[in-house]
Amino acid sequence: MRLHLDNFTKRFDGNPVIEGMNFVVEDGEMLALLGPSGCGKSTTLFAIAGIYRADGGRILFGDRDVTNLPSQRRNVGVVFQNYALYPHMSVEENIGFPLTVGRIRRDKAEVARAVREIAELIHIEELLARKPAQLSGGQQQRVALARALVRRPGILLLDEPLANLDARLRLEMRSEIRRIQLETGITAILVTHDQVEAMSMCDRVAIMERGRILQIGPPTELYRAPVNRFVAGFLGNPPIVFLEGRTAGQGSFAMDQGLHLPLPPRLRGLPADRPISLGIRPEHFGTGGTAQATGRVTFVEPQGRETLFDIETAPGVILRSVQPAREDVGVGDIVTWPIDVDNLLAFDAEGTRL
Amino acid sequence: MTRNFATLPLLLLLIVISLPLTVMYGFLILDTFTDAPPGELWPDRFTLEHWRFLFDGGEIGNVWAAAGNSLILAGSMTVIVLTVSTTGAYALSRLNLPFRRFFLAGVLVMHAFPSVTLLIGVFFVLNLTGLYNSMIGVILVKSSLMLPFGIWIMKGFYDAVPWEIEMAGVQDGASRFTVWRRLILPQVKPGLVALSVFSFLDGWGEYLLPRILAPGSDMEVLSVFLNELIAADQLGFNFNLFKSVGVFYTLPVVLLYVIFQHRLMNIFGGGTKG
Repeated sequence: MRLHLDNFTKRFDGNPVIEGMNFVVEDGEMLALLGPSGCGKSTTLFAIAGIYRADGGRILFGDRDVTNLPSQRRNVGVVFQNYALYPHMSVEENIGFPLTVGRIRRDKAEVARAVREIAELIHIEELLARKPAQLSGGQQQRVALARALVRRPGILLLDEPLANLDARLRLEMRSEIRRIQLETGITAILVTHDQVEAMSMCDRVAIMERGRILQIGPPTELYRAPVNRFVAGFLGNPPIVFLEGRTAGQGSFAMDQGLHLPLPPRLRGLPADRPISLGIRPEHFGTGGTAQATGRVTFVEPQGRETLFDIETAPGVILRSVQPAREDVGVGDIVTWPIDVDNLLAFDAEGTRL
Repeated sequence: MTRNFATLPLLLLLIVISLPLTVMYGFLILDTFTDAPPGELWPDRFTLEHWRFLFDGGEIGNVWAAAGNSLILAGSMTVIVLTVSTTGAYALSRLNLPFRRFFLAGVLVMHAFPSVTLLIGVFFVLNLTGLYNSMIGVILVKSSLMLPFGIWIMKGFYDAVPWEIEMAGVQDGASRFTVWRRLILPQVKPGLVALSVFSFLDGWGEYLLPRILAPGSDMEVLSVFLNELIAADQLGFNFNLFKSVGVFYTLPVVLLYVIFQHRLMNIFGGGTKG
């Protein structure tokens, strides 16, 4: 089902938390709301679920205006961060619960069949008799997902679903949730503060800050063409490095500390002596390109497949580089590595990308 | 279990301290089955004479009727306290009521209020409503005095249930009432059990209210019955009979405690969250 937030506004005690938010999630699409804690992403999610009442604007499911409908009548499935399984019920009763309440009365056989069907989809058939306390974190997560999906909701909302899992399980559940979302073709919204989750699981990502959506688009677009410094800094691990400086003559960039770099061709026309900041992603330093920077290695972090380097190219100016694992460079070495100028990002004084 | 101090001296100390109590309880039980020569402490013969009151009410009156009345008082009170506490505490814990803070503060103040000072006022109210000298009046007063405690304890249990469970229930399509009944209530069951045992025992042991608020009622509760026993001049003091009735009165309490002792501890574990 298509979801449309139209000029949605939410206030807490009179303070606007979200003001005039607009976005559309197409039918069958999975959207991530990504942002630091307190940016309003969970508030948005709970407003879609109907737990919070909207203070302005409209929420549309397809053509249906649900702004003033209570949660019970919205038919939205929610997976909570702590799963919120009902501890006194077995897994089967947990999953079946949504079918035993509400207007439509179903007989036991029908409920049992629906539960079995969804349990097979989620791969938890063998757990049905257990109590939530007897399950591991990943299994609880699956049960919560099954319970959210058993009613065949129009929209699935996931509130930090992976935050309570250990790293390995997180990886596994990431692809599992995506698989189930694709198999059921359900419209889904994922709230997370983890950029890897957002980028790897979703069709589109909306980056939020202080109650506003800064940019919304496919993950690669956000990564390659962020609208501003915040988006550029939020996406990417290890993160982008920002250099503060000014434009100098002949389309170049100069820092007070003495580092000079050429600007990408599309920005050569900028007037001189304008304060800008240059963003260099670690994969664009040390792997190829037209310009070069020389510096002393101050930090090496081997990560198995890759190695991270910190290079001090001028006093206090540290560039980061990530390269396929190599052991020929150590701390204190002086290196001259290429910079991929075409992929540099530049931002004006207000933080908007140029 | 790890031991980081010697338990034996501690055990000895506890035994010595509790010795007077144990001796008293021992004699309480012993005296109900025996007779001692006048002036002697140690009994010299076994007798079931003192337990005759169980089936022969001629001497002191019908003890079963009194026990039945105590049961009615304790039982009705438990039902009222449970019903009002579970619903009221849920509202205070979860619903966005107007004057919620005021109610909470009120409950706490009432909890700490010495109820004896209310007696005169309660007397007037009962007199005015015509409930003076009736069991219903005693039950209502006793229940309302117990309610602040019950509500406060139950609120603590409700507060410990995560909000997400409630949200999940609503999201699953259940009404707030269904959520409360099928999802929240089972989580606070330990509190319910403990509270019902507490209020039952409280009602069972109550002496003051029935004595003062229903002195002429024909529904005499066991505690008042017991008191009449030593107040009745015509019998003289039959201490062993008095002790037998006392043991009879205590048995349900001991029994309840043995059955529910683990659950009773819950009230202090789970109910402390304000």
